[in-house]
Amino acid sequence: MSVFKPSVEKDAPDQQTAVINDFSITVATVNGSGSQTSNITILRALFKMGIPVSGKNLFPSNIQGLPTWYTIRVSKDGYLARREEQEIMVAMNPATFIQDLSKVCSGGVFIYPDDINFKIEREDIHIYKMPVKRLVKESDAPSSLRDYVANMVYVGVLAYLLNIDIEKLHAALEFHFKGKTKPIELNYGVVQATFNWAKENLVKTDAYQVAEMHETTGCVMSDGNTAAALGAIYGGVQFVGWYPITPATSLAESLNEYLPQLRKDPETGQNTFVVLQAEDELAAIGMAIGAGWSGLRAMTSTSGPGLSLMTEYAGLAYFAEVPVVVWDVQRVGPSTGLPTRTAQGDISFTYFMGHGDTQMVMLLPGSVNECFEFGWRAFDIAERLQTPVFVLSDLDLGMNQWMSDPFSYPDEPMDRGKVLWEADLEKLQSSFNRYKDIDGDGIAYRTVPGNLHPAAPYFTRGTGHDENARYSEDSQVWHDLLERLAAKYRTARQYVPKPEIECMDCSRIGIISFGSTEPAIREARHQLAKQDVPTDFLRLRAVPFTDEVDEFVNKHERIYVVEMNRDGQMHMILSLVYPERATNLISIAYTDGLPMTANIVRELIMAKEDK
Amino acid sequence: MEAQAASAPRTQVNLIGLTRQDYRGNPTTLCQGCGHNSISNQIISACYEVNLQPEKLIKFSGIGCSSKSPTYFLGRAFGFNGLHGRMPSLATGALFGDHTIKGLAVSGDGDTASIGMGQFKHAIRRNLRLVYIVENNGVYGLTKGQFSATAEVGLHLKSQGTNPYMPIDIALEALVGNATFVARSFAGDPKQVKELIKAALSHGGISVLDIISPCVTFNNQDTALHSYAWGKEHEVALHELSYVPPAEEIMVDYEPGEAKEVTMHDGSTVILKKVGQDYDPTSRSEALRVLEEANAQQVLLTGLLYINTEQPSLREIYNITETPLNRLSEKQLRPSAESLQKMNEMMF
Repeated sequence: MSVFKPSVEKDAPDQQTAVINDFSITVATVNGSGSQTSNITILRALFKMGIPVSGKNLFPSNIQGLPTWYTIRVSKDGYLARREEQEIMVAMNPATFIQDLSKVCSGGVFIYPDDINFKIEREDIHIYKMPVKRLVKESDAPSSLRDYVANMVYVGVLAYLLNIDIEKLHAALEFHFKGKTKPIELNYGVVQATFNWAKENLVKTDAYQVAEMHETTGCVMSDGNTAAALGAIYGGVQFVGWYPITPATSLAESLNEYLPQLRKDPETGQNTFVVLQAEDELAAIGMAIGAGWSGLRAMTSTSGPGLSLMTEYAGLAYFAEVPVVVWDVQRVGPSTGLPTRTAQGDISFTYFMGHGDTQMVMLLPGSVNECFEFGWRAFDIAERLQTPVFVLSDLDLGMNQWMSDPFSYPDEPMDRGKVLWEADLEKLQSSFNRYKDIDGDGIAYRTVPGNLHPAAPYFTRGTGHDENARYSEDSQVWHDLLERLAAKYRTARQYVPKPEIECMDCSRIGIISFGSTEPAIREARHQLAKQDVPTDFLRLRAVPFTDEVDEFVNKHERIYVVEMNRDGQMHMILSLVYPERATNLISIAYTDGLPMTANIVRELIMAKEDK
Repeated sequence: MEAQAASAPRTQVNLIGLTRQDYRGNPTTLCQGCGHNSISNQIISACYEVNLQPEKLIKFSGIGCSSKSPTYFLGRAFGFNGLHGRMPSLATGALFGDHTIKGLAVSGDGDTASIGMGQFKHAIRRNLRLVYIVENNGVYGLTKGQFSATAEVGLHLKSQGTNPYMPIDIALEALVGNATFVARSFAGDPKQVKELIKAALSHGGISVLDIISPCVTFNNQDTALHSYAWGKEHEVALHELSYVPPAEEIMVDYEPGEAKEVTMHDGSTVILKKVGQDYDPTSRSEALRVLEEANAQQVLLTGLLYINTEQPSLREIYNITETPLNRLSEKQLRPSAESLQKMNEMMF
């Protein structure tokens, strides 16, 4: 299949009519040049102006010197998915200059430093040159910082051209530099000077501008990894074993940052948590499973290659029934793949993870706020079910900045599951059988080390075991054990988050998706509705599927399953679970490493609808 | 003597009122005469004699013959039989659950010196408080007699031919990796094994016990370095080791200058009575030297090779609460709603 190129339907804007709060800005730079501060500053300033906004870093797997793009979408209508159209381009990187120039839509804006010497032949766009070197030289920046503050020049120019509130840029810098006056004023000085230069020297000919709104009031701006870490902290995480891997690293680093602030014993100053950087992912999950087994809320965070390494231990945790939470911030596989690009390619692998018969519980956060929620909820589910719970985020959700409702405090007390302590064992009339299904839900009772009751200890193993955790090769015992685990997985349906469903009138078509594609789907559905294709939408939040999914799949004539992978992995799982509906389930799978867009979703669905 | 033994177990109890029977596990399923059974028995004796409450210990193991043995002792202790070579990570996490509980791990040369080498060395580097016993016999037993990484070069096994590779020396690896307690012993020297286990249980960090434990089925030819015969013939003990529990009077009889005393983490004492030359087990370079020398002279040098009681253990590094982490309440684990409001305000 060739690279999918959605058509761009918009005409060039009339220069007389202002285009307000509805366009994309892309900044092309070299990675490691410090442009991230500038980009985030613009993003935050727009957010502070009350305008719905999203920012995505499309970056290489490299420390310094390769092309990188940052794209900001400004949308008065609240559409925050990536778009193909690029109205405003800031071309700071000579290496991609020609390519960047070609990408600007007709009527768009092209801004670049005046020391890049390329002949520009396009006449359908508005071009602005910035004397970056001169403006930086005129600033008080020490020479060692000049390359970094150079990026503030385009912030000042954009502020003038788009009418960004310069005070809000100051507030954004204050936030970024955590109130440290020196860097704030140094950077802001450049922004101000450039703004003034632009005001005197540039004649605005294009149509794009921003204007204050009130759509972000009460919202927060965060990335999913930070949200997940905070959620885990409010979920009482006690043990984190981890190993660095893009794009999951910042999750564990956020735990390292926030745990000491939030989780020290107020009287003694001692820690109620342990964060341990393991020697590799094999050990990271081994540690987390050991901790989960001994009664701690334990987790690890990783991405595809790490998940592959964790497979054998995950199988043991499934079989020996040990609670543990694994965050998989997905990147593009197979193999090392594209480490800094996004995908949803670990779905079927996680579902079937391990040799033998296994079924894994997966949570699928679709927003930053849900990353927070699943951060704490995953522990409740893992401890209730005594099984590994995988939370599948992705690079786009995990590492990019998203506006979101504020994180809401857990609305339920912790569920520590069926754990028996000394007093419980004392009250127990019968003996304690570690793997006996007393309640008929497939979940047995467990004890944890430190419980000094003589009946408490048992021996945990990955080999065949009977209800008393004794080694057994008995055929019936083995058969019954696997059946109980299957029953437990059915029980899981009661405990996992239900899907979100949004319906439109008269729609016979359903769309199922999950995770970070939500904004693209939402926008695509509005576009489809305008083309007389109304759709109902179900956003999965977990596997196994709950009753709501059964109903949705049964109710719709055609159900498009949208996901960012090649093989339609969620579509496969749905087809397995609902074989009688398999012909009604249609796969819309697309992956190129970039976040999903509404155009892709709309056009792939329209192609199937044959319209 | 026999009559006494027959009637004694019923009445004989240790200081916490438990009989030796309370420290036993299931009957062994290993081969008769296997060195591992002898080590299991010494674990039972050591725990009984130091009055360890079985519930206050967790047993760990990986995969292999050795790793089956934790079910043959301390049936009243928690245990976790993990993955091949990856027991150290399991123990690392599990021992944070309740820091008052001790850990005792049994691994083999197949489990530790091949796939497990990484986790072995990293558990050592972190000074995890764990008794790490390697039941070292130079072969893979459960898969019927392949060479392990500790088999000596030139070892000839009927079904395998001749081993062409140089061996890995587990005690040397432990020393080089900065282990804080390194011993080598021999399953055919049960008294030394037992005293070393007692000492190891009193150590504040990791204690590596590389115990030559002959495989009677696959590698017990008289000339093999992991055989009973070779061990009996070539064992040279660095010292005669006795363990004195905390607050107990030292009754071991020795002349001044004839023994060294080492005070352990929990206040117990290890007395190392000189048998040949002077040996200082607090010197890492000495330990390395005598091991090299023993290898060159083809002797099985046993005893406490090295001890360092100064280095902080993993738990100390993490400054965790006195209350065991797994007994903290929801209130102690979930920060307040007000604190979340503050976090939200920070999320620009």
